Order: sequence, then structure tokens, then C-alpha cells
Amino acid sequence: MAIVWLRVAVGLYGLGLVYVLVALTRTKELLNRLALHAAYLGMVFHLVAITETVRQSGQFGLASISVAASVLGFLIMVVFLLVYMVYQTTSPGIIVFPLVFLLTFVGAAGQEPFVLTSSTARQGWLIAHIALIFAGYAALVLSFSASLIYLLQEHALKSKKSGGLLSRLPALQVTDEIGFRSLLLGFPFMTAGLAAGMVIAQAHFGRVDFLDPKILFSVLTWAVYLVLIYTRWNSGWRGRRAAYLAAGAFAMAVVAWVANYYSAIHRLARP
Amino acid sequence: MNFQLIGVNHRTAPVEVREQLAIPQRKLPEALQQLMSVPGVAEGMILCTCNRVEILAQTKNGSTDLRQFLHQYFSLNSESYESHLYEYSASEAVRHVFRVASSLDSMIVGEPQILGQVKEAYATARAAGAVQSYLDLLLTRAFAVAKRVRTETAVGSSSVSVASVAVELASKIFGSLEGKHVCLVGAGKMSELAARHLLARGAGPIFVANRTYDRAAALASKFGGRAIRFDELYDHCDQADIVITSTGAPVAIFRREHGEMFLSRRKNRPMFFIDIAVPRDVDPEMNKLDGIFVYDIDDLQGAVTSHVAGRKKEAAQAESIINVEVERFQARLQTLHVVPTIVSLQDYVETIRQAELDRLRGRLGQLSPEQESVLEALTHGIVNKILHTPISRLKTAAAGPEVTTLVDAFRKLFDLQEQKLQEKGLEEKAGAVPDKDAGLTNEETPPRRRSE
Repeated sequence: MAIVWLRVAVGLYGLGLVYVLVALTRTKELLNRLALHAAYLGMVFHLVAITETVRQSGQFGLASISVAASVLGFLIMVVFLLVYMVYQTTSPGIIVFPLVFLLTFVGAAGQEPFVLTSSTARQGWLIAHIALIFAGYAALVLSFSASLIYLLQEHALKSKKSGGLLSRLPALQVTDEIGFRSLLLGFPFMTAGLAAGMVIAQAHFGRVDFLDPKILFSVLTWAVYLVLIYTRWNSGWRGRRAAYLAAGAFAMAVVAWVANYYSAIHRLARP
Repeated sequence: MNFQLIGVNHRTAPVEVREQLAIPQRKLPEALQQLMSVPGVAEGMILCTCNRVEILAQTKNGSTDLRQFLHQYFSLNSESYESHLYEYSASEAVRHVFRVASSLDSMIVGEPQILGQVKEAYATARAAGAVQSYLDLLLTRAFAVAKRVRTETAVGSSSVSVASVAVELASKIFGSLEGKHVCLVGAGKMSELAARHLLARGAGPIFVANRTYDRAAALASKFGGRAIRFDELYDHCDQADIVITSTGAPVAIFRREHGEMFLSRRKNRPMFFIDIAVPRDVDPEMNKLDGIFVYDIDDLQGAVTSHVAGRKKEAAQAESIINVEVERFQARLQTLHVVPTIVSLQDYVETIRQAELDRLRGRLGQLSPEQESVLEALTHGIVNKILHTPISRLKTAAAGPEVTTLVDAFRKLFDLQEQKLQEKGLEEKAGAVPDKDAGLTNEETPPRRRSE
């Protein structure tokens, strides 16, 4: 039964991704609340699932990656809840929700492999996976471009050159905003895309091999993406530093792409 | 009597040079004293604004080296500023003073603040006793010319001030200025204007810091903002997106370390510093920090160049007014050469008239008031009629080469004593010799003191 509860929790945490998207706009009251309550409800199911897993196995073992990921996801939610109670802020949710969603997803996927019964279902997941990942990459490229434009504008403003390029571009802070928003927008897509990829891998191979270069680099890209959002959100990194980080994430994405040719599970051109 | 002028302005010298030569308001009297002690200087005035430092003097021989003052007053290597100096004398000096007062020499042609600054410099020099007769005449005329230029041309009407340029730049950084916090440090016409423009575009709230807290409070209430104490400036400044600073501080009050502190406190959100002060209030190093944009007075000039082009036509018209006025003033000055002779002549004849009247009264005995007035009118009439032609001749000849000969002849013929033009006396005596053209008036309002 534990896996059912865990999957319900994953579904509810998924709504947290909606929160991240909604956080991009100012009119967030209703959906914001919905997402938060869904996430809290998810925690309840999550706790039940963990308790049941422990009861069934008779020991609190974190030996398997899946259980460890699930417990870690739960603990992060606990911290988030505490922060919310003390500071009355949900803004860490921008990072917490995608993170917890992915961790719990890994937990759920590891305990009982997904079975995609028909080829149509597999096709559907594949399309979702590709579309979501590409949306994530597009947002990343957009953010990177915005960072470059920011650098150009910053240079023009600092060197006191008026007219020319500068007069055609939007205001510096608008460019900055575009960059950050596209990052925020891309992250849930990237997360969901990664999750869809895991579903497919599991259904096909019965397990997710995290040491497979493709999966490893995809997760790393996702992690750099997370760092990018975090530094931006927490320290307000913009301009040069943001551009470097975005370039880093982009390079990682390219490496993940190259890794296709070394991956046992993700062959674009299967022989 | 000779006018001489030496100085640097925004066109000849970068702000790095101008700030070295800047003399703070409170040190002006002392500087004026030192200027007056330069051999050959009879009168002096120092104009020090963010865009110019100029030494104006009335000298005895017209070839006094005003650089001496700069060398003595500033213990600087003269090479650092020598190449940036310009010098004018005689009518060119007059023209320059007229152009400066009329805002034709300004960074932003037609901006109104310069006239106030010239008036202030004049008041300071006058209070220090450095401006007496000739400079007084020159400056009061300059104020009248400035007024004429303002009313007869459209030079000042579409005045693109530093303020609107600052607003434009702020929009390039922040987009909408709605809700952008503004911090006004120090006070001054230009910075107040910049603040007003920003607020008009939706920026605000505003907070004001000034070394004098009461002044800050007064300004804050004017803008509906909040006053903060100057020593708390660094604690509050990071809240401001736009900082306008124009204090009279001799060294930069915002340095790199402050910039780093602000950025870390405001999570690297950009900040825009508008530094109108000379010497500059913001260390140029600050501009190297990511997210901090510093524009000093010279940078703002660069941004306004395009605006100035549109006003060239009006400026040309203003220049022709200046030309006419310079000629008039020169003619007027020439007339002043003969004023002492004319006054002596009038005094001499008047003494004779009074003596003759007294003698007559002794002989005729008590006269009725009617008889007295008839006698006064008669003698006045004779004297004026006799003097009219010679005085007119003197005045006509004043601008010509024969004036010296003529004056000498008059002195010898009537045995006139040399009369020196004394302070204040000049104006009254000049008034005693009516001149329809020049119309020297002192109608300008008294100069206002600049705060800080």
C-alpha cells in the first residue's frame, strides 16, 4: 500500500510545481493557497508511506536510494513548513517544490517500477519527456541570452555611451526580469521532463541507473539550474555572474546531450 | 582700468582637473583676499560652480598674471591644469562674463542656475570688499544682459536640464520609475530639480540627508519625504535605487567599500548614483562595481549633447545680443574715463556760481523767495548752457583716440584737480552724466546664497 500513498504524495507535490509557475505572476493568491494545501496534504500521505515502508520492512533502512530520496524529500518539506511558520514566507517554495517533487518521484519510482502497458502510453510519456525537457532548455537559453544582453547594456551604461544599441534595448532591469522569469518558468518544465524520463527508463529497464552518463549529466544540469535559481533568488546574482552560471548550465546540458552516445539506456539512434 | 579673466570650464578641463581647482563657498572670502594681494589686481571676483572655476579681476595695467594667484592658492603642480586654462582680457573678458551670466557658455545652454551662481559669487566678492567700482558696473550689466537674453530669445524656454537627462538615464536602468526609492544627499538647485523630475515620473518615496538636519527636514517636507541624519546615511542609503548627491564635501563620501556594502545588503539590485557635486561625492571606482552606475556632471554633459544642437539657432540670436551689449558696455566704460573731468568741471563752475551768488546777496541785501528762485534759475541756466557743449564734446570724444588730449586740455584750461573714482562714488558720478543708451541699472534681485 505504501507505494500508493507515495504516488498520491508525488501527485500532490506536483501541484507545488504549479505554485512555482504561479509565483511568476503577481496574481497568485488562490492558486498559491491551493498549491500550498496540496503540498501539505502530500506531506501527510508521504509520512504514511514512509511509516508503512518502515513497518513492512521491519527496520528503518535508508540503504536503497529510493527510500533515502523519499525521506530526504519529506525532511525538506518539514523544514519548509517550519520556515513558513516562523517567517510566513512561501518564497523558498520556488526551489523546494521542484526539489521535493523530484526526490519523492525518485523514491516512488525506485520502490515499484512503472509499467507502461501499451506502446501508445510509452509514446505519450516520450513526447511529454521531450517537450518538457526542450521547454526547460529553451528557457535556459532565453535566460542565458538575457544575461548576455544585460552585460551589453551594463557595459554601455557604464561606459556612458548613449544612443545606438542601448536606445533600442529595453531597460536594464526589464532584461534582468526577463532572464530571471524565464529561469523560473523553465525549472518546473525541466523537473517534470526529468521525471517523465525516469518513468520511461523504469518502464523499459525496470530501474533507474543513476550512474548512467545520460542520467547523471541530466541530473547535474538540473542541479546547476537549481543553483542558478538559488543564487539569483538569494543573492540577486545578475549580469556577469548570472551569465557565467547560465553558460555553465547550458554547457552541462550540451554534455548531457553528448552523453546520449555513451548511455546504455538513452540512445537517440538505436541500431 | 582693465578686465582680465582666467579659468577652466567643462569644455576645457575634465572634472578631475576642475575638482582640484574648486574653492568651497566658505573659503571664498579668504581666497578673494589672496587674489587682491596679487600685485596689479584692483578688484576681483571668483566664480566657482560645478562646471567652471573662473577668476575675474580688474587690474591696473591689464597685464597682471592671474596665474600667480592659482600657483599661490593651490599648492598643485601647475602642469596639471595649465593646459586647460583659458584667458580673456578687455572686451573679450566682458563678452565672456556676459555669455556666462546669460547661460550661453553653460554645459546645457539656457539652463537658469548659472545666473544665480554668478550673482552669488558677486555678492560674496562684494561682501569681501573685492568688488568695488568697475567690476560692480560689469556685473550689474551682465545681470541685465542675462535678463535681456532670457526675455528676447527662447534659449531658456526649453531648457533641457541635467535633471531631465538624469531621469532619462534612470529609465534606461530601471524601466518604470514607479516606486523607485530616491535618496537626496546635500542640497542645491540642480539636485533638487533632479529629484523633482524623478518624483514627477512616479519615483518615490524620497529621503533626504544633509549635514544640517533642519535643512534636510525642510527639504523632505517639501518633497513629502523623510529626513535622515547625515551620520546615518550609510545605514539607509542601500534602500535607495537612485542617489542624487551634491554636497560640498572635499573628499568622496561614497567609496568602493560603501558600494560593496550597499550591493550586498540589497541583493545586488542595481543602484544609480547621480553625482552633481564638484569635487565629486562618489569615488569613480564605484562605477566598476557590477550593478552600480555612477554618472558625474561630465557624464551627464555627454548625455545632453544631442539636446543642445536644437538650440543653436536661439543661441545665435543671443550671441548677437551679447555682441551689441559688449559694444555698448565698452563705449560706456570709455565714457567713464571722462567722468572725473566732467564732474570736476561741474564742481568748479558750481563753486564759482555759489560764490558769485553769495557776493550778490551781500550787495542786494535780503531777497524775497521769488527773487531767490529766479536768481537760482538764471544762474543755473547760464552755467548749464555754457557747459553743455564742452561736456557733450568730451563724451563724444570719450571713445576716440583724442580723448586723452581733450581731457588734458580741459584740466589745464580750468585748472582742474585729478579726481579718483572711489568705491560707490563711481555709480553716482556715472549717473550724474546721463546716458540714454547704457541705462545702467541695479534692478536685479539680490543674489541668493546657495545652501551647502
